[in-house]
Formats: sequence, structure tokens, C-alpha cells
Amino acid sequence: MNFCPKNTPGLYDPKFEKDSCGIGFVANIRGVPSRQIVDDASNMLCSMEHRGAHGYESNSGDGAGITTAIPRQFLTKIAASEGWDIESPEHFAAGLVFLPQRKKERREYKALLEDLIRDNDVRLIGWRDVPTDAILANLGASASDSQPVIQQLLLDPGSTEISDFERRLFVIRKLITHQIRNQETSEALQFYICSLSSRGLVYKGQLSPDQLFDFYPDLRDPDFHSHFAMIHARFSTNTFPSWDRAQPFRFIGHNGEVNTLRGNINWMRAREMQLASPYFKKSELLEMRPIAEENCSDSGNLDNVLELLLMSGRSLAESVMTLIPQAWEKEVNLPQDQKAFYEFQSNLMEPWDGPASVTFTDGQSIGAALDRNGLRPSRYYITHDNKIILASEVGVLNIPPSEIYAKGRLKPGDIMLIDFQEGKVLFPDEVKTEVASKHPYRTWLNQEQVPLENLSVGPQPEPYGMAELSRKLLCFGYSVETIDFILLALINEKRDPVGSMGNDEALACLSDFSKLTYQYFKQLFAQVTNPPVDPIREESAMSLRCNIGPSGNLLETSKEQARRLVVEHPILTSEDFSRLDSLSTRNWQSQTLDTTWNHQEGEAGLEKSLHHICNEATQAVRNGVHFLILTDQAVGPERTPISSLLACGAVHHALIENGLRTKVGIIVETGEAREVHHHCLLIGYGADAIYPYMAYQALIQAIGQESSEPRGPAVLEKTYKKSVGKGILKVMAKMGISTLQSYKGAQIFEALGLSTEVIETCFKGTPSRIGGVGLNILARESLRRHSEAYKDNAEDLQLGNPGEFHWRAGGEEHSWNPEAISTLQIASRAGNRSAFQHFTEEVDAKSRDLCTLRGLLRFRDGIQPPIPLDEVEPAAEIVKRFCTGAMSFGSISAETHKTLAVAMNRVGGKSNTGEGGEDPERFTLLKNGDSERSAIKQVASGRFGVTMWYLTNADELQIKMAQGAKPGEGGELSGHKVDQTIARIRHSTPGVGLISPPPHHDIYSIEDLKQLIYDLKNANSQARISVKLVSEAGVGVVAAGVAKAKAEHILISGNDGGTGASPLTSIKHAGLPWELGLAETHQTLVLNKMRSRVVLQTDGGLRTGRDVTIAALLGAEEFGFSTVTLITLGCIMMRKCHLNTCPVGIATQDPVLRAKFDGQPEHVVNYLFLLAEEVRDYMARLGFQRVQDMIGRSDLLESLSDLEHWKRKDIDLSRLLACHKESNRQVQSKEKQQFHLEARLDARLIEKCRPAIENKHRVRVDSPVKNTDRTVGTMLSSEIARKHGLKSLPEGTVHIHLKGSAGQSLAAWLVSGVTIELEGDANDYVGKGLSGGQLIVYPPAESSFESHHNVIVGNVCLYGAISGSAFIRGQAAERFCVRNSGATAVIEGVGDHGCEYMTGGRVVVLGSTGSNFAAGMSGGIAYVWDPDRSFHSRCNLGSVGLEQITLHHDDAEELFNLVQSHSDLTGSVRAQELLKDWDTVLGQFIRVMPHEYKRVLKGQNFAA
Amino acid sequence: MGKPTGFLEISRQSAPTREVEERLKDYKEIFTNPPVEHLTSQASRCMDCGVPFCQSEPGCPVDNLVPEWNDLVYKGQWREALDRLHRTNPFPDFTGRVCPAPCEGACVLGIDASPVTIKNIEYAIAERGFEENWIQARQPMARTGKRIAIIGSGPAGLAAATRLNQFGHTVSVYERDDRIGGLLMYGIPPMKLDKEIVNRRVRIMEQEGVQFHTGLNVGVNLDIQELNEKSDALLLACGSTRPRDLKIEGHHVQGIHFAMDFLRTTTKSYLDSKLRDGNYISAENKRVIVIGGGDTGTDCIATALRQNCRSLINFELLPEPPQQRNSKDNPWPQWPRILRQDYGHQESEAKFGEDPRQFQISSKKFLDDGNGNLAGIQTVRVEPDGDGSFREIPGSEREWPCDMVLLAMGFVGPEDTITPKLPIQMDDHSNFRADFGSYSTSQQGIFAAGDCRRGQSLVVWAIREGWDAAVQINRYVSS
Repeated sequence: MNFCPKNTPGLYDPKFEKDSCGIGFVANIRGVPSRQIVDDASNMLCSMEHRGAHGYESNSGDGAGITTAIPRQFLTKIAASEGWDIESPEHFAAGLVFLPQRKKERREYKALLEDLIRDNDVRLIGWRDVPTDAILANLGASASDSQPVIQQLLLDPGSTEISDFERRLFVIRKLITHQIRNQETSEALQFYICSLSSRGLVYKGQLSPDQLFDFYPDLRDPDFHSHFAMIHARFSTNTFPSWDRAQPFRFIGHNGEVNTLRGNINWMRAREMQLASPYFKKSELLEMRPIAEENCSDSGNLDNVLELLLMSGRSLAESVMTLIPQAWEKEVNLPQDQKAFYEFQSNLMEPWDGPASVTFTDGQSIGAALDRNGLRPSRYYITHDNKIILASEVGVLNIPPSEIYAKGRLKPGDIMLIDFQEGKVLFPDEVKTEVASKHPYRTWLNQEQVPLENLSVGPQPEPYGMAELSRKLLCFGYSVETIDFILLALINEKRDPVGSMGNDEALACLSDFSKLTYQYFKQLFAQVTNPPVDPIREESAMSLRCNIGPSGNLLETSKEQARRLVVEHPILTSEDFSRLDSLSTRNWQSQTLDTTWNHQEGEAGLEKSLHHICNEATQAVRNGVHFLILTDQAVGPERTPISSLLACGAVHHALIENGLRTKVGIIVETGEAREVHHHCLLIGYGADAIYPYMAYQALIQAIGQESSEPRGPAVLEKTYKKSVGKGILKVMAKMGISTLQSYKGAQIFEALGLSTEVIETCFKGTPSRIGGVGLNILARESLRRHSEAYKDNAEDLQLGNPGEFHWRAGGEEHSWNPEAISTLQIASRAGNRSAFQHFTEEVDAKSRDLCTLRGLLRFRDGIQPPIPLDEVEPAAEIVKRFCTGAMSFGSISAETHKTLAVAMNRVGGKSNTGEGGEDPERFTLLKNGDSERSAIKQVASGRFGVTMWYLTNADELQIKMAQGAKPGEGGELSGHKVDQTIARIRHSTPGVGLISPPPHHDIYSIEDLKQLIYDLKNANSQARISVKLVSEAGVGVVAAGVAKAKAEHILISGNDGGTGASPLTSIKHAGLPWELGLAETHQTLVLNKMRSRVVLQTDGGLRTGRDVTIAALLGAEEFGFSTVTLITLGCIMMRKCHLNTCPVGIATQDPVLRAKFDGQPEHVVNYLFLLAEEVRDYMARLGFQRVQDMIGRSDLLESLSDLEHWKRKDIDLSRLLACHKESNRQVQSKEKQQFHLEARLDARLIEKCRPAIENKHRVRVDSPVKNTDRTVGTMLSSEIARKHGLKSLPEGTVHIHLKGSAGQSLAAWLVSGVTIELEGDANDYVGKGLSGGQLIVYPPAESSFESHHNVIVGNVCLYGAISGSAFIRGQAAERFCVRNSGATAVIEGVGDHGCEYMTGGRVVVLGSTGSNFAAGMSGGIAYVWDPDRSFHSRCNLGSVGLEQITLHHDDAEELFNLVQSHSDLTGSVRAQELLKDWDTVLGQFIRVMPHEYKRVLKGQNFAA
Repeated sequence: MGKPTGFLEISRQSAPTREVEERLKDYKEIFTNPPVEHLTSQASRCMDCGVPFCQSEPGCPVDNLVPEWNDLVYKGQWREALDRLHRTNPFPDFTGRVCPAPCEGACVLGIDASPVTIKNIEYAIAERGFEENWIQARQPMARTGKRIAIIGSGPAGLAAATRLNQFGHTVSVYERDDRIGGLLMYGIPPMKLDKEIVNRRVRIMEQEGVQFHTGLNVGVNLDIQELNEKSDALLLACGSTRPRDLKIEGHHVQGIHFAMDFLRTTTKSYLDSKLRDGNYISAENKRVIVIGGGDTGTDCIATALRQNCRSLINFELLPEPPQQRNSKDNPWPQWPRILRQDYGHQESEAKFGEDPRQFQISSKKFLDDGNGNLAGIQTVRVEPDGDGSFREIPGSEREWPCDMVLLAMGFVGPEDTITPKLPIQMDDHSNFRADFGSYSTSQQGIFAAGDCRRGQSLVVWAIREGWDAAVQINRYVSS
């Protein structure tokens, strides 16, 4: 039985299901099988319980499994008992198969499989039922109901050679899987082969980690031996039972997410026709298609492709390195041969990009690898007795310290292998060297590759005459805004231009204006399940380079495959483009396809022409053309352009369909594309390179008009290209994608308002959930522009201003127009009901007039009888459901921030701090009884001012995963906005700019979020934990995961939320309206039976009673307002927040402007009550007494049916309105999330520390600790903070001595007066948010390794630390001291990205550092001991300078004292050695000094 | 936006007008065109608002692209600024002089500071355009052969004519007076709008092919039916020219004139003979009272001063407005109802030592000197009673001796020369009934725009209506 609702009428789509996990393996390096290894695996699984998840039933896990070697002893015993005849006991294969519960199909499928086995000359030894014990395992009802029949089969190779036997098994598995699962019935989908091999065997299921061994008695059999065991504990965002999605797969265990999946699958499809291998018949290869199977998770698809590579002769390591290459493009320290290997492989395969920690095995070896960004932990121990344990965490097996020979971790891009035949561990460099030396890749590349710049330059275009230019610009929809806001800004600002406030423009699919096809698309972005990346500070992992043009057979490795055109940047200048003329000199044929149509053919001409160019393209490639150039240069009086996006998408998909795409490069020569968003879309739908000729022409003309010195066309084009490149990287980065090669064709977009016809023709696989306009409408829009441009009696040919960015009279509709703003201000100032009515009428009318999806809805009166108004709950009750949105103190002025807080506190609603912290003075009541304390304290990626005291003073803690105006991006507060006060509150330096990283560095996956929720609950058990998400396709699935991660409150923000500063690309084109996100979330949570666990809130452009009522009916219980409240306080949508020039003193820190602030709390209060009264009117009309009763009652809404509008008429909102019967009931039956805090180690610590907490007596506690003891010290700190406030306890009051492996988040927000001394090691996030406490970590005395060579603490330690100190004897993994505000730390080595974004404090590194040290560091000082003078090559010098320290330096003494303390507190051998020869050693230290910090310390340019 | 912090660094400086003493000596324009640097620095004060209220409902009626041309002026791109200005406004040379600038009233800077000098900048852009000869006749690309008749050559008629001509239609404009321009020619005195400014536009339009006919008063000496039949469409743009009378006791005495008669005769005589022919109503050496506090009243004051009146008083019914905007009942972005001293008031104060305006005055009776000549006015002070009318304040009666009264109390609709010949529905305010936006009257093919449709209003509204009506007419004749 498959519960997965494949075709629900609503918005839930299983395609978006995400998962992440705990993974690991244990193995005997010499390949000696034992029972112990299997037992170890069992223990490991149980200690990673917290990384897996449960659904609504506590005993239905998301999936757990194990891969072992074929347990020959055990299976031989079974065979004997079954009376089977095994001919080759060393080589027989075994497989575990899930079969349907229904007998008929089961029999049928088995027969089919047996036929295939026979056909492949393999002998079936026998079938057995695999015993299972659901009772012992305490299997939950939903897992149990969906449990397949599990059987095992044994196969004999007969005379077949063993590697060929494996290939036969592969063919059998592939064919049977397609034959059966393609039927897509629920029975067929239950058929699944977990593994079928002579080398490994998988046991898995819809289980929690601790259930696996209980469920499968086989695994407990004393004869079940193995030399390795690979395990997996799954955390899925969904709870729908899916036994087959449990891991490990046949070869891998994957903790991660493939962000580029859609592209990878499409490219694989495209390659399949070209596949050829001596190991397989051509017909077999064709029958095995698709290699990447349908109905499979991203990890499953990765496994599919890895399997293909392995089976066609590649080694395990090579295959993994091909699929998940390290960041080789810009890595200077990478050996040439390795670089050549990666470069060569990039011709055959794009990276499967995304965070990934992978374990893999083919039975002969086992290994692990990390993606290029190293975003998932992977740590290992090697013991003296040849055992290796590798896992997402340390401490998963209890190993006495004396037995440990080495401890380590994988670094970004690392791969490690244990070769059982050789009996040794191959460390990353050995693995890579071996793989890279297999072929002379560098020679091949040098001989065959053709860099674009090696082709000769051809003639370049002449500038158009004025009239022709004007007509063409009009025809391509250029406007004054295009020139001013986009093109000139790209040149002048040298980046994707920045704007502010939210997008309130009409949606393209509703607008009366003719829109470009690009405007119907919204960018998707990463949230929760994988992190966005920082393309600026972590540029080393990013790449725009692509090899394009025909590529060869994936399964072959030959010199010819290097023969491709190397394009360093997808945007071509005129010079670049002219080089393509000489493609023929390299024996490449190119063909130009005209992408215009005769306007006299009318609307139908578009579809016809699209089909025509697709046929032409297909034919051309069949005829041997290597490059297609799609061009709209023919535009003129007769010819109107096909949108380059439609043309590119259609050709790309037609070629994929015909298996031809990889034989050709697609170059788009377009007058239409000019914005970053346009280029991203073209690349996302398959363009290999783009020549935006009109953008250049327009720029040359526009710049020529400026009075300042004219810049030459070549310079302009290069600047444009560079700025666009930065923008593209940012768009990729917000999805967490690092390479353009993987982004290409990955379709990371959602269409809003395009019909199925358009999607199927041009954008196959793109979600488009409300249907919408067809090709005829897109054609009409193009024709309209054409007729404007080429009409006979043109009044003039000047560009118009459609008012898409700024409101313009007669231009595009905006929700916030002058009328709406001024009437709202009048209403809220006077509390005037009729003015308010005027306001809501205006706004609701605008909403109907095209601005929003909710504008297309209307209430269904009469479903329930109306009730008298006085029966409706009072407004005073309703306003309690209102919050203000997160606006940081920093982005808005102190006056505004406080006014909002006072207003919300007066009505009993909640204000939100935003991400900038809050002045502790505001936590005390004012004399008049008002409170300026924000009830919601936000925790964002920058962690500014997130101290224990801040967390303590919250009613709600909100984790901001994304922001509507810039999802997937971090913010920046420029130095001039950081005045004394802001610096004090953010714990930074006045005058020094601040950066919020794109991701929370402690949330790279859903289980990380679960950990942070847990941390925050520990920090303030009375606060509700909220997670803020932004609407996009799949947000409901993410929200289900968030609910499983135990969030108590989820906010779904719309894309139109405001911002103080954000790229216009993001404001306009990222994320989706809240209506979709909210409805999807509500529906998905209801389907998952999780709705009752969380409170759902929405925000993003809510303004009127109608908005609130619709939001409630779609599932929201609480409502957030931001822009609208600012407008009541005087905001007039100046859209200048990013310039600090807000003329009404709201979004500015300039004291002169702040003095102009004229808002009063009454204004906000008036508005909220006027609003609530309006909601009451609607409630009375719809027959509801309480808001709570309306939640999720989407049956009271319907689409406006009388829509004759040319665009709107085809929009279908039925999925939005899908109503589930139990929906409202689930909302009503609130269940609390369970945290079991009372059972924690901290509960015991608190008891023991009572004398300290109550009376400040000194207390010492000794305790063992293990990896399941997470967030140790935080609840204790919270207790102390509650009692003693900001000042906490005197130094040294509490001393806690721990021994063992500490779980994640040790000492998070530890307050002053508390010392934690850990003898052992610790996992990730040690000391996050450290709030004054002291932390000492050192290895146990009995351990035998050198501490400074071994990793003792995990990733992201001291993230967002505020103050306090940490002395760590040993190395930290990646991202040590990220965003440290003021803590002091001494450590003996750090991984990559050390001190990233750091703004204060001192860090001393007495050992090696990884690369990209100090990226984005703006404050504080780091001292790095660098005896071999190599540090500079690993330091990111973007914002810091490196200096020598001398004896006379002021800080020489500070440094000495810190090293001395380190030695004293940790017994560090390294410190002792250094101190012995201090005078020499001092000269070997490098002082890492941020430029800005240095300037400010010197007192220059800053007078506060 | 050229300079994000311009508004913080630079304060408002209006372009100076000519010195009062000097300008009182002639009928030349009172405006000066300040140096370019002055203008660029003033333009930099524009904040390029996300929501530019200068274009909003209470702002500019023609939706001038104010932020855009301010920015272009700041950047020195005058030619582009002119093009951008002409996109929405065919006659910035007129509005740059005579418009009260509601855009400035709605300017966001006006919330708590002084608005941008939008009108000065508009004026300067237009003048620069003429100086540089950028404003040239432009021939339409093709002629359609459609004939459009426009009745009235005021701002609405001219705006419609210029646009319809550019659409390629053959446009004839009929003017009853001897000179083209309507209100622009004879309603506004030369001090505010030099008549050569009107003529230079008219000349360009003539070069572009617009045919002007003067001395033809439709319904009087021009057959409207005939005109209608030979035209593909007809636009009524004949203005609101029936003056509101003050029919109180004694209104028949000698010495009471309608403002328009006074202004028109003066301007005509000035143009014909520099006033040497004496064919005008003269205020010389008279004690003059102007009744009505609007722009026309001010124009009467300024004209009477130039004619060397002996004294001058101006009655206004409404109370004296506050110095600053009252944010409670007159909040931004509404037009600020504040006390402004217009050019006539300034001049009068300079000449006689005090502002001529008397507020809250209601005239009760004209006094006769016994010879049928005006001797004075009897008035009473009034105060608003809250529902739109006024109540008299007991005991506040007063007599004002005078020799001349100029009635500048507004207009009540188009004259009734057309409707008897061609039945067109009128609205409740005795204007031609036609919807804003469609401009179509009850007679198919006949359109109405400007004051004759909306009632007396601003020049800029007339331009807007004429400009928009042209599109409707074009659509009508093209279909």
C-alpha cells in the first residue's frame, strides 16, 4: 500500500520531498568479517536516533537501513536449512526485494523477475521470506500498514566471471524495475529491489534507527558476519510511508540534497541515446533507460547514475569524484593532474550539486566523500586494531581513548577510501592521485580543448541608428526603467542593482500590460533542507566556467572527449560572439536559427514557429551540426520576436526528447534578455551562452548621453558581463548551487500563471500550479510590443515608463499607490472608520485589479448563515493574533522600532525584533506602563545581539530561514548605519559594516534545524519556537519537516515582503505569493496529520480585513504586518531604505532624518483595531464567531467566475482551495511538541548547581557525557540568566567537568560565571552564542595521539559567540568562530572558512588553518602561528590585512597571556613548546587585521 | 536619481521674479530664468520617490514625469529632459508659467520641508528647448485624410489639435476672437504669460499643418451643423466663459465690470497698440475693489496697478488660510490651503503698503453716487457655518468707497451659443455632459474637453483633457 498521495487535488506534490540524515560506516580495514562489526553498526544507529525523525506517530520512523557484505556464513546456513544447492559458496549473490502485499501481483512480479534471471543466464538458487518482527520493533501503525512483503533471493553465477555477473544482476534489476514500476499502480510502486549483488546486501525499511535490528532478526543472527557495515538514519520532511526511500541504496548512503536534480536528470536523459559500452549490448543500454529512475528520491537517482558508471568499468572512487567533484576551478593548491582529471570529467558530467556527505561501498572497498562546500559533517576514528568508524558525529561508538590511533574529518571536496583487498586506508590525496593518474588528462585537454578566446575575432556590429534602435528597444519591451534601474545600475554599481521595500506590482499573469515571458517565472531558493551559499565570501567554490558543444559517450574515457569549446562566462560580448564565426576552422559546424515570426501570421504564428525551429534544430543536429545559434536579429517591421526564453526552452527540450541535446551547444543571440533574471532563466532552460546584443546597444546609447566622460563600447560590455556574472552567481548561490554547469538546465524556477501547454512545449518539469496564459497570450504580448514599435504614425519612439519598479501614474498597478498610502495615513492617524473604508476599498480594488492572487477569490456567502455582528468575538481578541514582521533595529530607526513594540504590546499582539538584537534597556517597563520589549526575538544567520539575556526575554523565538524580499540571501548593514547604539546592541564596532551570511551556519539540513530548535528551547523553555519560511513550490513539504523538527510555530512569508536592501532581482523575482505557500503548507500538514502541532502564521503584503479573512480561510491562525504598519507611521514607500535617506525618519539612522519621524503608537493601534473590526464584519457575514473556527475553511472561498480578462480567465485556483475535511478539526486539537527537557543532563546539572543559582556559592560538578547529551549547559545558563539577568554570576562560580564525547551544541549561550571543562571530544556547534562562559576542551590523558593533529571539536564552533572564552587543545573542523562578536578563543588548528564574517573578539590558532580564512571578517583580530610562512595562500584577503607582530607590539603581551592560559588550562603540549622559545615564535605569528576595523580603531573617518 | 542626499543639503530656492518696482512699470513677464547651476542644484532635491505623489491624484493633472526630468536636469541632459517632459505635456512653456503647481503641493518633501521647485524646472526645460531650437515643427508620418474640427483655441483645443495632427488627421481650429489662444491669449495677462509665448507655439502648430481660423464664433457666425457634417469628428473646447454675476442691490450702477472684460480689453489694446488706442477699461486713478480671491482676481489686481489705480482692495469670502498646512483637515498630499502671496498681492503691498486682501467679506449692496455711478460697496463680515455656507456676523457691516469694481468670482459654464443649434446634453453644472476619459458627448462623433466639460479649472487640466480626448477621437475616427 502506498499512502503517498500522488495526485492530490491540492498543492502538495511529493516531488518536493526532501530528506537528510545521519550516516556512517564501521569497517575492518583488513577486510576481516566479524559479528562485532554488525553489532557496532547497531550501536551507531541507536546513537544517531536524534538525526532521524518520526512522523505523527512516535513509533513510525522515516527510514533506517544497513548495507553489509554478503553474510555468506549466515546465508549458507539458511540455504542448507532450505535445502538449496549452492554451487559457488564464495560468489553467490543475494538480494532483498520488497513485494506488494497483494498475492496476485506478487506472484506476477516474481515470475517476471525469474524470466529475466533466466534470460540473463543466471541461476536462481531460491526465494525465502525474510523474517520480520514488527512486535519486537514496536512498529508504528502507518509503517506497519504499508509494510511490503519482504523476500530474499539467492542467485548463482554459474560459469560467469564475477564482474560480469554483477553486470548481469544490474541489467536484471534495471529491467525488472522499469517493467514493473513504470505501471505506476500502488502495487507496482511497492515492488522494489533493495539490492541484488554478490558483494553487498541491504536491509532497510520505514523504521526508526533503533527499530532496524529488532525488525530484522537476520541481522541479529550470530552467524551474520561482515567486514563492513554502512548505516543510514533518515529524516524526511514528510511522513508518508515509503519503505523504498529508506537508505542505504545499492551503493551509497547519502546525507544531502541534490539541488540540481531536475537538470541532472534531464542531462542524463539527453545522454542516454549516446551510451555505448563494451560491457553491454546497445539494446540493453536502450532498454535500461531511463538510468535515473522515476519515482525515486534525489539520492536514489544519484545512486542510479553511480551504479551505471561503476558497471561500465569506472572505479568507485573515480565515479564518485566525477559526480561530486571538489571545487577545482579556482583552487591554487590543487595538484595539476588532479585538476586535469576534474576538468576532463566535466566534459562528461555536470556536478550533482548540493550539500552532500556520501558513504559508498561496492563490497570491495568502502569510502566517504564530502561535497565542495563541505556542508555536512563527516568525522572518523581509526583504532589501533584496524577498525575505522566514520559518521556524521563523533561518539557514536563507545571506544576507549587509549584504543584510538587517529581522529579526523573529511574536508570539503575530500574523498577517502578503505581498500579491503590491500587492507589499508587511502587518504584523500592518495585516492585522488591514483584516480587522476589513470590517463594523461592534461595532455588530452591541451591537445583537444578549444578556449573561446583562442578563436579569432570577427567583424563586430555597428551601432544602430537612432530610429532603428528606438524601434527595436520598444519591440523588446525596453523602458526607461530598464535603462535607469537595470542597465546603468549594472555599469555604475558594478553589481546586480539594489533596491528596497517589497514588490507590490501586479503579477505578470494578471497584468494588463504586456509582460516579457521571463516575468512569469519566480526563482526557487534553498531553505532548511539545504543551505544557500555565499558567492562572494566563498567565491572559491563558485564557477561560471563551462565546456560547451558536442560531448561524447559517458561510458567511455578517451582523448576525443576533451574536444569542447571552453567558455569562461556564459555572457558573450560582441567580441566573444564574433569569435564564433571561426568555429568552422576547428571543424565545427554551426547553424543559425531565426527566432522571429511574421507578425501577419498573428498569435498562431508563435506556436507554429516554435514547432518549426524545434524541427529545424533537431534536423540540424541529426545532420551533424555542433552549435546552434538562436537569433532574433531579424526583428523588424515584418518580424516579431519569439521570446528567447520560449525559443531556448523549446529547442533544449526538443533535443532532450530526441536524445540529441548533448551533441550540440546552444547559443542564444537575443535582443530581449538583459537582466540577471533573464540570463538565469535562459541558462536554467539550457542556453550554453548568451549574446545580449540589445542590452549592449542600449547601454552604449544611454551612456553616450551622460555628460560624464564616455566609456567605450568594449569597456561597457565587459563591465556589464562582469556585473551580470556576479548576479548569476548570487541567484545560483541562493539555491546552494556552486557551478554554472550544474545550474544549466536545472530549471530552478516556478512558473506563475503559465498554462500546461507552455510548460510542456518549453519548460517541461517546471511547476506551474495555477495554470494560466497560453502561447497565444504570450504571442499577443509580443505582437503588442511589436505594433507599438512599428506602428506607422508613431507619435514618438521614446521609451515609456511602465512603473514596474516605482509607481507611475498610468503605469502598472501597485497595491501601494498614492491613494492607498494617503488614505491609510489619514485613517490611522484619526482612527477614522470611513477613511479606513476608503483605504480598504482602494486596496481591495487594486487586489482585484491584477495585483494579487487573492484578488481572484471571493467569499461564498450562504454556506453558513450570517450571524449578528455582536456575536462575533471582539476586536480586542482578534488583534492578539496580529504581529509585526521582522524589521531589524538597524534597518529601521530606534524610534520606529520602539513605536511598533509599544503599539503591539498595547494591543496584546507581538512585535518582532528582526535580526539586529534589542537594547536590554527595553526589557523593563516604561513609567507609563508601556513596554518597548519585542515579544518575538528573531534568530537570524548573523546572530547579532543573540545573547542568553536576549533569548530569555522572549515570548517567541523565531528562526528566520528566509526573507520574502531576498530568500536565500544574507543582509548587509553598511558601516555608516552602524552608530554607537547599533554597535552596542549588535556587539560590534561602530562604523564597521556587518554581513549576515546567506545560511545559518548551524543549519545545513533539516536535522540541523531540529538541533537549533532544541537549542533554543533549552535557552528559553517558556518561549514558543517559530520558524520563518518563504513561499515557494515545496514549502509545504519543508514545513512538514519543520513541524517534525518540533517547531511550534511556522510563519509562511510571501515573496512581496519588504526589505531594507536587496538586489532588485530578488525583490522582483524570487519566491511566491503567500496564498500559495500558506495553502500548500496547511494542506500538507493536514495530510501529514501534523497540523495540530503547530500554529501557522502568514505575512507578506497583508493590508485589509479581506486579506486577513482569506488568509485565515486558507489556514493561517496569526497574521503579520510590516509595510502597512510603517505606512501608518509615515512611510511613503520612498524605496530608499538602502540609501539611508528615508525622508520620514523610518528606514534611516541619520539623526537629522530621524528627527522627522512623526509616528505614534496610536497610529498603529488605530489601524489594527480598524482592521480587526473589518475582519469582524466578514466573520459576521460568513457566520463565524471565532477566528479559530475559520482556519482552513477554504470551502468558503471560490474563484471569481465571471472573468473575461484576457489573461486571468485561464487561471485555475482550485488547487489553492482544495479543502480537506479534517482540516479545521486538526487546527482545533492543539498538541504540544514534546522536548523531554526534564530528562536531560542539564536537568541534573541544574539540581547540582542550585547553591550557585540561588546563593552564588561555588559549585563543581563531574559528569560523564555522550553524544546524545546535546546542548549541555544551556538550560543551566538559562536558569542563571532568569535569576541574575544580564550580569549573570561572578567568574568561576560554577565549574562543570565532563568526560566523554559531547553531543552537538555543547555550551551554547553559556553565561558568565560558568566554566565547562570537557575531557574528550565534542561535535558540531560547540560554544555557539557563547554569552560570557568559559569552555575548556582537551583530550583524555590516556589518548595516544598528538592533540594538535587531531580534530577534537566539530563544525561551526563559537558561531555567533558574544563574549567569554574557549581554550581547545586540538583542531576544530570547518567554520571556526564564524560571526564571532567578542569571544576569545585559542585552538590548535582550524578547517576551512575560519573566522568568516567575524566582527569582534580574539582568535589564536596555534596550528594549521584551512583555506578561505577570514572571509568577510570585519572586526576583531586573529593571530595565526605560521612557522612555514604559507598562511597567506589560505587566507581570504578580501577584507583583511596580514601583519607581523613584534615584541613591542601592544598585543604581544595579550597573545603571550592567551597562550600561557591555554597551556595552563588544557595542558597543551603545543603551547608549552611555543612558550619555550617565545621570542622566536612570536615572530612567526601573523596578525590578521580587518581593514575596516583597523581604520576605525585608528579613529579615522568616524565620529560618533 | 542623481543625488540621494540632495534634499538634505540644499534648501528650496524658487527662481526669483523681477523686482516689484521695476515690473510694475511694464506688462512684461514677471519671471526670470535663473542660471543653470541654480536649477541643477534645485533638481537634485528631488528624491525620485518610489511612489511619486507629484503624479498622484492631488498632484500633477498631466502626470508629468517629474522625477525623471528632474534627474535628467541634474545630470545636465536637458534635451532628454525636454523629450521626457513633452511625453505628458505638449505645452510646458504654458504650464511652467501659469500653473499653480499642484505637483509641488503633493511633493513628498512637502510633508515636513519645502517641496522641489518643480514648476521652475519645467519652465527652464521648456525655455531651453526653444533657445536651443530643439522644439521644431514635426510633420506627421502620414496623413489619414480624416478631418477634425475643434471649437476653441484655448489650452484644451490646442492640446487636442497638436496631438490629432500628429496622428495624421487634418485639424481645423475655430476661434471666435481675433487671436488664437483663448484664455491663454486674453484671459491671462501678459505679465504672467507673454503673448509671444503663445504665438510661437501656434506658429509651430501651423507649420505642422494645423489650420487655425479666427473670428469665427461657432453658433453665431459659423454653422455648427455644417461644420459637424463636413468633419469626421468635432471637439468642443470652448471653455467656461459665462462669468458668475453678483446680483445684489445696486448691481446696475456704472463702474462694475467682469474681470474678463477688464483683462481682455487691456491685453488686446496692449497687443494692438501698446495701450495707445485707449480701447480698454481703465482703472487709472480709480479706487478699485476686486471681488474674488482667485487667480483671476490677482490678475485684475496686477493689471489695475499697472494702470495706476488710486487704491486697491480685494474681497474674499473665505477666512484667511493658515500660514502652514493643518495636518488634521488638510493633510499632505492634499493641495495645501495656506496663505500665499501671489504676484499681484506683492505688488499691491509694495505700492500701497499693505496686502490688499480682506477676508470673510460678503458684499451686500453697491452704492450709487446719485448719478448712476458706483460710489462704494456695503459689506458684512461672514464666517463659515460648517455646512458649506456662511453666516453673517452681526454688527460687522461696513462701507467701502470705490469707483470701480471688478467681479472675479468664477465662471458657470460654456455660453449657450451651440446647444440651441445642436442639442447636446448638459450636466447639473450646465457644462457639456461627457465622461472623463471618454470625452464623448451625447452626440456621436462630438467630443468635449476642458472647462466646457469639467467646469472652470486649471490650464493644466484643460491640457490634460484635450490631450486625452485626442486619443479618444483618434480611436473613434480610426475605427
